[in-house]
Amino acid sequence: MNDALDVALRLLIVFVVFLTFPLIVGQAEHKVMAHMQGRLGPMYAGGFHGWAQLVADGVKFAQKEDIVPAGADRRIFQLAPAVALLPYLLVLLAIPIGPGEGAVGEVVDAGIFFVLAVMGVGVLGSLMAGWASANKFSLLGGLRTAAQLLAYELPMLLTAASVAMAAGTVSLPGILDAFEWWWLPWQIVGAVVFFVAGLAELQRPPFDMPVADSEIIFGAYTEYTGLRFALFLLAEYAGIVVLCGLTTVLFLGGWHGPWATDGLGWVWTLLKTAVLAFVVIWLRVTYPRLREDQLQKLSWTLLVPLSLAQIALTGIVKVVIQ
Amino acid sequence: MTLAAATHGFLSPTGVEIAFLLVGLVTFGAALVTVTTRQLVHAALWLVVTLGGLAVEYLLLTAEFIAWVQVLIYVGSVVVLLLFGLMLTRAPIGRSPDADSGNRWAALAVALASAAALVWVVVDAFRTTWIDLDGAAAGSTAVTGASLFQNWVLPFEALSVLLLAALVGAIVLSRKAKAKANAATAAETAAEAAVKDTKDAKAGKEGAL
Repeated sequence: MNDALDVALRLLIVFVVFLTFPLIVGQAEHKVMAHMQGRLGPMYAGGFHGWAQLVADGVKFAQKEDIVPAGADRRIFQLAPAVALLPYLLVLLAIPIGPGEGAVGEVVDAGIFFVLAVMGVGVLGSLMAGWASANKFSLLGGLRTAAQLLAYELPMLLTAASVAMAAGTVSLPGILDAFEWWWLPWQIVGAVVFFVAGLAELQRPPFDMPVADSEIIFGAYTEYTGLRFALFLLAEYAGIVVLCGLTTVLFLGGWHGPWATDGLGWVWTLLKTAVLAFVVIWLRVTYPRLREDQLQKLSWTLLVPLSLAQIALTGIVKVVIQ
Repeated sequence: MTLAAATHGFLSPTGVEIAFLLVGLVTFGAALVTVTTRQLVHAALWLVVTLGGLAVEYLLLTAEFIAWVQVLIYVGSVVVLLLFGLMLTRAPIGRSPDADSGNRWAALAVALASAAALVWVVVDAFRTTWIDLDGAAAGSTAVTGASLFQNWVLPFEALSVLLLAALVGAIVLSRKAKAKANAATAAETAAEAAVKDTKDAKAGKEGAL
């Protein structure tokens, strides 16, 4: 009975995190973007600095009519948002937030592979949406999504492999247990490549060619309205949380910190994740959108060689210190 | 041999065995739909279900590492590549009347033959081997890695050389096509230039006249 209660409690906590953190990131994006652009952003909803803006948006989305285009493939069109969103919930289960067995939803032995595999499945949702909408903008968006995933999955996997080599394990809590502070400079190239490739997989600016709203009208999501559209947006922000959490765990030492790691390790994890999420928003405001050929070139001619060099460096250092 | 068979009867299956069978049936059904559906993109999506079902089977056999790699490579990359190819060429919504091939009986025969061979080999090799599901995981990453790099290094290396050869071959083929296309455009521009020259010359003549 205690075990069942324990499992239920963990699932509940992960679910609550899944529902709240993306909204916090979204609200932070509203305000941070606004201030970077010399505006105020939402100020009225909820009273204090517009804190309830996203709640109001959610109510608005829920009230909208649910429309499926006549020419669309009905079932796949309706299934796509769930396929896009659910993988991020599963990934959150495997991210350790503090030291010990108690601070992770579920210990997965092949954690890195689980996380990257399931994140890759999420992109299938965009592909399904792009095809099933029967809209040429959506199809173009789907095509670009697929091309982008194929280009950026490889550097992401290679840099994650580099960390796994350094730690001698592919389990996420195991990597954190093996972490030393000097891994930070050692794996810094891998960290940057992983983060950039992750941004591209989430289709965040400056890698948002697949959803370029001024060009192909939000790509795969052109035909979506109401709750289903909101689910796609939620998937994007859940993706930011997951990517920042993963980068924290793999490259920045997760719950390790200069002081107070006993008992307060989870604060470090959350702090690092929040700083990374801020960087994601900052990049969106700073850089213009990359063109499709520039996107592909960046991955194949810069990120893949860099990640291979990182693996070589990891191997050499690993052999030397043994 | 008789001892192993005696301790594990087929008539009193455990929960895991029942789950394995059920997932196997779903996987088999999805595979059948994949090859029989008339809608191209639906076939690719049913393939996702099939490959995912296989991953669940691996999980039930405690081969966690293999399961996640299966999802990563097949669902995450191969199917995405497939969908990409379909969307690039043609992916109509609804039925494709030309989705059936005239070779389907030959394909069925080959599929049945290879399935029979595989089942025979696997049954013959592992007839009395049982996985202890309650003990330490027999398919964890550490165990898989150790056996891969201790007992199976040669096949592993041979496979990597094979993949490298395929990679080099793909690059050579694509470069050849590009070189040909370049040569063709060069010839075209030359021809166009020649035509333009003669036109200019004509115009010059006319102007002179």
